[in-house]
Amino acid sequence: MTSSQSSTLLSLDRVSLSFKGVKAVSNISFAVARGEICALIGPNGAGKSSLLNVINGVYRAQEGSVSFDGEIRRHMRPQHAAERGIARTFQNIALFKGMTVLDNVLTGRNLKRRSTWIEQALRIGRANHEDDVQRERAEKVIEFLRIQPWRDTLVGKLPYGLQKRVELARALAAEPKLLLLDEPMAGMNASEKTEMSGFIVDINREYGTTVVLIEHDIGVVMGLSDHVVVLDYGRKIADGAPEEVRRNPEVIAAYLGTRH
Amino acid sequence: MEFFFEVLIGGLLAGVMYSLVAIGFVLIYKASGVFNFAQGAMVLFAALTFVSLVESGVPFWAAFALTLATMILLALAVERWVLRPLVNRSPITLFMATLGLAYIIEGGAQALWGAQVHGLELGIDDVPLEFGGLFVSQFDLFAAATAATLVLVLSLLFNKTRIGLSLRAVADDTLAAQAVGIRLRRIWTVVWAVAGLVALITGLLWGARLGVQFSLSLVVLKALPVLIIGGFSSVGGAIVGGLIVGASEKLAEIYIGPLIGGGIENWFPYVLATLFLLARPAGLFGERTIERV
Repeated sequence: MTSSQSSTLLSLDRVSLSFKGVKAVSNISFAVARGEICALIGPNGAGKSSLLNVINGVYRAQEGSVSFDGEIRRHMRPQHAAERGIARTFQNIALFKGMTVLDNVLTGRNLKRRSTWIEQALRIGRANHEDDVQRERAEKVIEFLRIQPWRDTLVGKLPYGLQKRVELARALAAEPKLLLLDEPMAGMNASEKTEMSGFIVDINREYGTTVVLIEHDIGVVMGLSDHVVVLDYGRKIADGAPEEVRRNPEVIAAYLGTRH
Repeated sequence: MEFFFEVLIGGLLAGVMYSLVAIGFVLIYKASGVFNFAQGAMVLFAALTFVSLVESGVPFWAAFALTLATMILLALAVERWVLRPLVNRSPITLFMATLGLAYIIEGGAQALWGAQVHGLELGIDDVPLEFGGLFVSQFDLFAAATAATLVLVLSLLFNKTRIGLSLRAVADDTLAAQAVGIRLRRIWTVVWAVAGLVALITGLLWGARLGVQFSLSLVVLKALPVLIIGGFSSVGGAIVGGLIVGASEKLAEIYIGPLIGGGIENWFPYVLATLFLLARPAGLFGERTIERV
């Protein structure tokens, strides 16, 4: 079976990560199917962000392995992950604040360029045509996420909710196979959350992009995802469809604070 | 009036020499948000290497190529042993690292090539040329032409290619830059290699002026007011800043100097820079950063 036919896009196999002896994540395995929206939930400090960082190579897991699109590896650098089709957003928004919305989205297209820098400097060969194509694709993403009115605004001047959307646009511009979203709705009000979940579902349907996201708002998570993985104190305590997970006593305990 | 213009032109051309030093700083600042304290040491290192090669009988262009190759090797080494271990650290950490690097490069240059003063002859006569009654130094014109060529090449490289966009991205947020697949290591190496080329050209022109010696690493002090006036993140700003510093210090010396006892050329640029800091902290062309709280 070749990788493109396999129904599993991403799987983690007994991944453990610790910082100077403090276990952040221990012995976690789960699989994400192609085309699904998978939510990672759990209380603060459960190890969700750490796990995301392992998937895109910011952190190196001490034990276990990650398999993505048929390739198993113990560690990859973030740049390699991007080349393989993993794009992400960050919990604390990591945009290029001194650049415009359009330029930010264009950096997401960075890997799609094929012309050499000499061609680009002299505007010969492939460079001219390529410039137009990149710009067109970037504009499409901007339109899709409805941020056209701000396309030439410096990102640092935009309000928080819009910055979150620009970050999503930059990730989407890379045409990723897997989109990692670290708390895409943190700090938003109810209507902004609804709007953002709408975008995530649209991306998933329209482009068939597999999404792994971290979210605290259980209501949003249950409505949005096909598959929920629950972490607590760095361990996996539940894994399954939203309804199943919601009934799991251990999940209820973790969230409602029943004695462990 | 003729005398005024002669002073002005002389000042502007001297300013080009300051701009050259400043451009080296701007490049690295643009790519990492860091003031590279080692730029002066790189100027010294490049000039010493070149002069020592020429003195041992290597032809001019071969020596130039060899020195450039050395500067590229230096860039690779800096990326491997200084920048890579400090990836995703704060700019102040990187700044401290360049401070240490400056001493290593300075020490290395002198350990390798010795500490004596070398004369450097670029084969350009420093006789004044006359243009419609105005006398202009031939050497200064040559320096200005070199700087203009350099700026043209740099602006093509950084404004028309994706290296430019990547550069700004890396300076803004290295973590995010890595996540969108920008090759951090390659960008850093390219930038430090280009800064090495600028250091080499600066070293040759200033070396021909002052002689190649330790004090060459101190010409960078003149780059500070240039950067403050022009802005740390703009090559164009470095040029304009250099011209302003060059012209104003010469004019001030001639016209204000006698009123307060003379010798003001050396400190006037710093006064000017201080005034700019009060009125326009980002410089003329610098990016004004927006901090949301």
